[in-house]
Amino acid sequence: MSVRHALLALLSEGPKYGLQLREEFEARTGEVWPLNVGQVYTTLQRLERDGLVVEQDAPGAPSAPGAPGAPQKAYRITEAGSAELTEWLRVPPDLSSPPRDELVMKVLIASTVPGTDVHEIIQAHRTYLVQLMQEWTRLKEDDDGTDVAFALVVDAELFRLDSVVRWLDAADARLRRAMADGWTPARAPQATMPALARRRRMGVRQ
Amino acid sequence: MSVLELRSISKVYGRGAAEVQALRDINVSVPAGMMVAVMGPSGSGKSTLLTIAGTLEEPTSGAVLINGQDVERMSLTAKARVRRRTVGYVFQDFNLLPGLTAAENVSLPLELDGMSARRAHLAGIKALEDLGLGDRASRFPDQLSGGERQRVAIARAVVGERSLLLADEPSGALDSVNGEAVMRLIHTYCKRGTAAVIVTHDAQLASWADRVVFLRDGRLVDQTAPPAGPESLLEQQS
Repeated sequence: MSVRHALLALLSEGPKYGLQLREEFEARTGEVWPLNVGQVYTTLQRLERDGLVVEQDAPGAPSAPGAPGAPQKAYRITEAGSAELTEWLRVPPDLSSPPRDELVMKVLIASTVPGTDVHEIIQAHRTYLVQLMQEWTRLKEDDDGTDVAFALVVDAELFRLDSVVRWLDAADARLRRAMADGWTPARAPQATMPALARRRRMGVRQ
Repeated sequence: MSVLELRSISKVYGRGAAEVQALRDINVSVPAGMMVAVMGPSGSGKSTLLTIAGTLEEPTSGAVLINGQDVERMSLTAKARVRRRTVGYVFQDFNLLPGLTAAENVSLPLELDGMSARRAHLAGIKALEDLGLGDRASRFPDQLSGGERQRVAIARAVVGERSLLLADEPSGALDSVNGEAVMRLIHTYCKRGTAAVIVTHDAQLASWADRVVFLRDGRLVDQTAPPAGPESLLEQQS
């Protein structure tokens, strides 16, 4: 998650104080991602170092808690900051899977370890994931559907977990069919060299 | 006392070489106010479980208790009464009668149960209003959107304060926003005390349930733990 760009987006509406940025960040992301104020100031310092925001004098600004009397610093986005924000919105995030996805490894290995029921292992993960989905859905119950930012964040999490459950369902079905046809992991067919090269390129494309 | 209790339910179709064991020794108990989702691949016995719970089909062995009463020991008349007054069904394809308006579809079960047409109509309108469909009452099913049709079907399933709601892929034909709306509605009825069993292969819909049970080859192979509360999620996040 890019706190850096979220802060730039908030500053694109006009100059703001650190505490105000934290509150607005949390409100606009459905209050699901807490942000501590230290993180806000560290990020602001880096943005300032990179010339994307500048500190602005704020006479008569409210005092920061814990520092009575000290004026709070307000920040303003620079032209370079606006350009950076526009660019970031359009660049696709890195969605390539982590190298050797742990769950995929577990299922692959479970299908080879003697005395292990791969279907039972798959079910254990499925139950865990659905339980996690239930917890996210329970958060939705507290809201009547009017908090759009919150719904977007929770939906993203639910769709992500759902896709893993669906992969488990597909893996389960594929393994059942293959095993019924007499497949064993030891009898894996050998891929041709060009095919092998293509597979490896995709697998290490991080 | 549970609204629905399935005790050691087994179901066998066919005989000899053609024998299919659809359900094996299933035990499920659904108290008032609880939503249970049944997940499993096609052919796992989900729909059979639902038709047996709804007394539309008899188990080969085991007992179905509805509000503490053993269905097998009921007279045919008593069983029919349970189907009319206690159990409400929601199907994937809505199953609304095309020649009747939304209000008539909803009030039909009450009229069949002997309620006067006027009272049944008023109850039907009220059920539709509860679901935000008051202005659709006089429309026919083909004049409603998919989401609206399913809400009418839910109104028909809950009208007359029935205590057990059974749904087979209730939002199967709907997009995710309408699907969520349907699950929210069923959830709301459960909070008011209805017991519900929802059959689905969709984990997002199942996650609205208080408990999710997993069927595989007719056996109940696993189930989710009882709610831990939203606090545990936030702890994991930080």
